[in-house]
Amino acid sequence: MSHYRKHTLLAGLTAAAIGLAALPAAAADVGSVHFLIPGGAGGGWDGTARGTGEALVNGGLVGGASYENMSGGGGGVAIAHLIETAESQEGTLMVNSTPIVIRSLQGVFPQSFRDLTPIAATIADYGAFVVAKDSQFGTWDDVVAAYRADPNTIKVAGGSVRGGMDHLVPALAFQAAGGDPLKVAYISYDAGGDAMAGLLSGETQVLSTGLGEALGQLRAGQVRILAMTGDERIPEAPDVPTLKELGYDVSFANWRGFFGAPGLSDEKADAYAEALGEMYRTEAWEKVRARNGWTNLFKPRAEFVRFLEQQETEIGDMMRTLGVL
Amino acid sequence: MLDGILTGLSTALTPTNLAMVFIGCFAGTFIGMLPGLGPISAIALMIPITYGFDPATGMILMAGVYYGAIFGGSTSSILINAPGVAGTVATSFDGYPMARKGLAGKALAIAAYASFSGGTIAAIFLLIAAPALASVALSFQSPDYFALMVLGLTAVSAFAGRGNFLKAMMMTVVGLMLAMIGSDPVVGMPRLNFGRVDLLDGISFLLLAMATFALSEALMTVLKREKISDAARAATQGRMGSLKLSGAEVKEMAPVVARSSVLGFFIGVLPGAGATIASFLAYGMERNFARGAKKEEFGKGSIRGLAAPETANNAAASGSFVPLLTLGIPGSGTTAVMLGALISYGVDPGPTLFTERPEVFWSVILSMYFGNVILLILNLPLIPYIARLLTLPSNLLVPLVLFFSLIGVYLVSFNNFDIYMMVIVAVVAVMLRLFDYPMAPMILGFILGDLMERNLRRSITLNDGSISFLWERPITLTILVITAVIVALPLVGFFRQRRRLAQAGEGG
Repeated sequence: MSHYRKHTLLAGLTAAAIGLAALPAAAADVGSVHFLIPGGAGGGWDGTARGTGEALVNGGLVGGASYENMSGGGGGVAIAHLIETAESQEGTLMVNSTPIVIRSLQGVFPQSFRDLTPIAATIADYGAFVVAKDSQFGTWDDVVAAYRADPNTIKVAGGSVRGGMDHLVPALAFQAAGGDPLKVAYISYDAGGDAMAGLLSGETQVLSTGLGEALGQLRAGQVRILAMTGDERIPEAPDVPTLKELGYDVSFANWRGFFGAPGLSDEKADAYAEALGEMYRTEAWEKVRARNGWTNLFKPRAEFVRFLEQQETEIGDMMRTLGVL
Repeated sequence: MLDGILTGLSTALTPTNLAMVFIGCFAGTFIGMLPGLGPISAIALMIPITYGFDPATGMILMAGVYYGAIFGGSTSSILINAPGVAGTVATSFDGYPMARKGLAGKALAIAAYASFSGGTIAAIFLLIAAPALASVALSFQSPDYFALMVLGLTAVSAFAGRGNFLKAMMMTVVGLMLAMIGSDPVVGMPRLNFGRVDLLDGISFLLLAMATFALSEALMTVLKREKISDAARAATQGRMGSLKLSGAEVKEMAPVVARSSVLGFFIGVLPGAGATIASFLAYGMERNFARGAKKEEFGKGSIRGLAAPETANNAAASGSFVPLLTLGIPGSGTTAVMLGALISYGVDPGPTLFTERPEVFWSVILSMYFGNVILLILNLPLIPYIARLLTLPSNLLVPLVLFFSLIGVYLVSFNNFDIYMMVIVAVVAVMLRLFDYPMAPMILGFILGDLMERNLRRSITLNDGSISFLWERPITLTILVITAVIVALPLVGFFRQRRRLAQAGEGG
């Protein structure tokens, strides 16, 4: 077995190096994958694509992987490119995430996920609500009580623009608590780190951020996490309750996943989804996942489309309520 | 804190990182020595190379390049009276006369010792001041940041020197305007992108830095056609003289170095004031302190006149890392480029850097110290040989710089549009330079403009729509008052001078 794996790895590396599809038996369905990354080197999309490619190749699931960064237009440049050159993009997977839904609702780019071939969501991060260690709020219920008394006293910091993810999550949460999402005093910061600095300086009371990032800050010992937006608790944070179990019917997952070019054959698309599904069983993936602190969330093909449609409805409704559409 | 220092020490002392300091110092010295290319270009050229590096390693390389470039600038100031960097213009006042007397070796040695001492003393200050400021900075809120940005932007113009205040101000505004292009930072809606998708994310900072510094400086070399290489050949083939200093000379230097380090460090900490201002102020201060014959020596090869600016510019270079590392606010054009580099490594400089990424924080500070040591023990003996590189013909050099800057930007974005835009920006920058418009305030305006807008708008939202935070928060008010004083000072000088002229007119 190990001999076989080694052989596949070598073949994969060779294929990546010369850009040709070497086809070892196990990878006959997929061949080599070309990852299109809609952002620059070093970003979240970049890490996801390269990590997935690494796991697929090292796990012997594809023959090889190559990567292409194409930044611009919040991902719009890469989407337009994939659609325009669809005929020659059979071997291409584009990485994307929740912002493709948000930005297409906003009209940042004219296309949506419907103009592409959704393959699968692969990982997720949940929203988390964080307070400073010495905050007067012990539980999420305390925050909700204070919000009900005067929404303006709860300034919520987040690392995205108004109407972005960090804003939508508290808006959904306070709405589920019977509040008016429009009254959420959301303060936009440039990035999660700055929002964190804002929380620690005392100018905001609650930080809305990704659970992965929040866990990093929890380890630094300056904050407490009050709640998260997953359907169930996750093993990395067994003490953090979900909003659902606290009695607020909200769940939100910031997924990352992959899309093929429009018009991709079902056969090919299913093969990609299958390879990604197989990937979770490889050691190579576990290594990449643990290194990046990702949470698995596998939603292939039709399930992915349903999930995207549902997310589009939820986010779209909330954005209209907030008046950012 | 001791833990942090030890982590930083072990990070900085890994073979890779030590090699990086050395490579950085060497590359920086070389680039800084080339006329026209300063630390900003040197650092901008390094950004694409360091993509994918560990943040600490990348920053260590940058710090090495920074020091090397300043040191390299002094070498060309002393040998051929052609400062590669504005921060070493004052070095040429006494360094070049000294070299012409056949004491080039001694002048270079003084410059190296002064740089080393200035850097060392400032690194110690940094070690103390940065954590202290970082803990204070944790309580800084958005209005305070906004006020600091205003201070930084006005200071860079106020210190721009006589007659340049307006030009520097105008370039700052150009930078602010360029920062508006892209998307609204709070609402996320496109603005001023002329319907172009490529402009939705705004102008890339690396592109702007490369186009306005590396590219346009290379083009300026072609336009000016200076016979630098002839002068360099003469200087490098002539006698360097001994590198040794006498005991009396060391004794003369010591107090100058002590005073200039302190001055340089604090000037460097001020947002908007950097190595250039520090070197001029230190030179002026020493000339005022000198008495009798020693005063007469200034401008004719004075040891003090050489040691002061060299100490101060290195001390200021260390000092300017304080606001960068603790507040995330670049104090100068160079640290603005460095901030861009940090962000591209995924490090978010600010008050949380000290607690969340202590290994980055401390290894940068410590590697600055190693940078100084390496400059002294490696660069100084090598200088006569490195100086030969000054004779590299510009028809070889210019294409090299053009190639590296264009490919550097393309390799990050892989977008053709960036190449076109870079060329356009570079051509405009060359035209502005021909009319003596400074580029550093523009790049600072560009970087700070975005931060300033976000902080102002955030302050207003936090304050429920009122701007009363401007006078209600003590820290904000203090910083704004300091800003007002800094703007007023050159005006006071201007009016006093005019009155003196008027009185002289009446007298005559």
